[in-house]
Amino acid sequence: MRPSVQEMIAQSKGKKSKKIIEKIIPILLFLIASVSVLTTIGIVLTLIVETFTFFSRVSFIDFIAGTTWLPFSNKEAQYGILPLIVGTLKITLIAVIVAVPIGIGAAIYLSEYASETVRRIVKPVLEILAGVPTIVYGFFALTFVTPVLQGLFPEIKIFNAISPGIVVGIMIIPMIASLSEDAMSSVPRQIRDGALAMGSTKFEVATKVILPAALSGIVASVVLAVSRAIGETMIVSLAAGSTPRFDGDFTGSIQTMTSYIVQVSKGDAGYGTTIYYSIYAVGFTLFIFTMLMNILATYVSKRFKEEY
Amino acid sequence: MRYVDHDLVVKRMGGRKIVNYLFKGLFMLATTIALLALAILLYRIVTQGAGNLSWEFLNNFASRFPEKAGIKAALIGSLWLMAVVAPTSIILGVGSAIYLEEYAKKNRMTAFIRTNISNLAGVPSVVFGLLGLTIFVRALSLGNSVLAAGFTMSLLILPVIIVAAQEAIRAVPNELRDASLGMGATKWQTIVRIILPAAIPGILTGSILALSRAIGETAPLIVIGVPVIIQFLPSGVMDTFTALPMQIYDWSSRPQQEFQAVAAAGIIVLMAVLLTMNSIAALIRNKFQKRY
Repeated sequence: MRPSVQEMIAQSKGKKSKKIIEKIIPILLFLIASVSVLTTIGIVLTLIVETFTFFSRVSFIDFIAGTTWLPFSNKEAQYGILPLIVGTLKITLIAVIVAVPIGIGAAIYLSEYASETVRRIVKPVLEILAGVPTIVYGFFALTFVTPVLQGLFPEIKIFNAISPGIVVGIMIIPMIASLSEDAMSSVPRQIRDGALAMGSTKFEVATKVILPAALSGIVASVVLAVSRAIGETMIVSLAAGSTPRFDGDFTGSIQTMTSYIVQVSKGDAGYGTTIYYSIYAVGFTLFIFTMLMNILATYVSKRFKEEY
Repeated sequence: MRYVDHDLVVKRMGGRKIVNYLFKGLFMLATTIALLALAILLYRIVTQGAGNLSWEFLNNFASRFPEKAGIKAALIGSLWLMAVVAPTSIILGVGSAIYLEEYAKKNRMTAFIRTNISNLAGVPSVVFGLLGLTIFVRALSLGNSVLAAGFTMSLLILPVIIVAAQEAIRAVPNELRDASLGMGATKWQTIVRIILPAAIPGILTGSILALSRAIGETAPLIVIGVPVIIQFLPSGVMDTFTALPMQIYDWSSRPQQEFQAVAAAGIIVLMAVLLTMNSIAALIRNKFQKRY
């Protein structure tokens, strides 16, 4: 005789293995989920511990206030990080000058002017731009943008800040365009229609109604893009050179925090040397910069968000 | 009483319209510039590299001579890398997503994990390289092996996979959950038999896109110390290896003009791999994703 449904349920409830599974799985999944937390802890601890060793050899004041970065000097190595920060800021500045107008312009076009068809084609194409590996951008900067710039301005050297800056800008355009477009599209249609019905042109709607309403999202997208630009490594490693300098020159070779880490990693700075530990100190500085930017982006988009 | 000065409106309308058209043109120009940049980039790489693409190029090892240089070690190395990254990152990512969406209580611990994941996504890849160098290469003495690089890359793309999997799981309607639980299934049975099958297209799409990011990443590999000139193929996960972006980086940074064409050919191979992965992702998305 077949067991009745009640009997089957009773039987199944009696199974111990099932109960155990139901208890173990959440714990197991929690452990898996904590890997991401452990990763963050790992990053922070790694950076702190190794940076600590670095500061047992180099004074902290010399590091954050020094204007000479000469780690490979045979006589007396100097570790003042300001030249690397200046290099990073040069790249970021040019990238922002390139990417902000183009990114926001494209976002306004896609969100306010473009037809549905155009938007459906252009947005995925822009996402391709975001998916191109940075090494490819670096190659593009070195073999195309730099020669073109040299043709226009002969004083530009083969390694300079302008070409990688422009290309980093191109790299972050999709990020700004896509996130800003999302912010503008989420402004309710009624507000847009209301302004149009009052006789505004589309441009007036975009600048006087949509931009203010979506400002928090737009600013957040720019801040996130700046964070990406600061952390960008391969484009600057290939095209910006490796000369740490504390000045305002954009036409010659520079060095950023990221490209210094790459330069040391490529060479054979032996484990335990001061140069080896210096990449952690630089990495820590870089980490703090990008972390502050990310926190700022979250803050801006939460604090100044317009709710409808 | 007139609320609207009709003459004034008419007088200004022309100017306002001109401004509107002018800026429409400018915004369109901005979009075009972005698209043009992509077109130039692709055109340059194809014209520079196509001449070097050949069966020999795919089948040769790296060489000092540009005409003999090939990409075999890098291509196979990248596949080895993926063989480690794909299972590691997908298991960790999907597991975390299931926990966060199905089990996690709304408390401060959960909020902390969520914030942590979004912050982790913003950490530069070169910093992940430093983590990999310290933890996997040195502390666990995995050396510059496929395993060490694979673990580092897995952690790098973990936030992307978690977020994609979370969205896919969230898109499964609650009715399905309730029906399954109502029929007497346990929570885990519901997850394995109802929710995951429904969420798999979304999870796969997100995972493939994340993996394609891992294939193109260079900086962590350099920091870990992945070598470039390699004349053999790895035979296990503990062997040293090289990867496509490493090989391209090496060729690009050589001074000889000939190597730039070789680098461009390498980039075509890399982009072909990425294009294939993206097409598969798009295919899965269009074909299997159910709308509820």
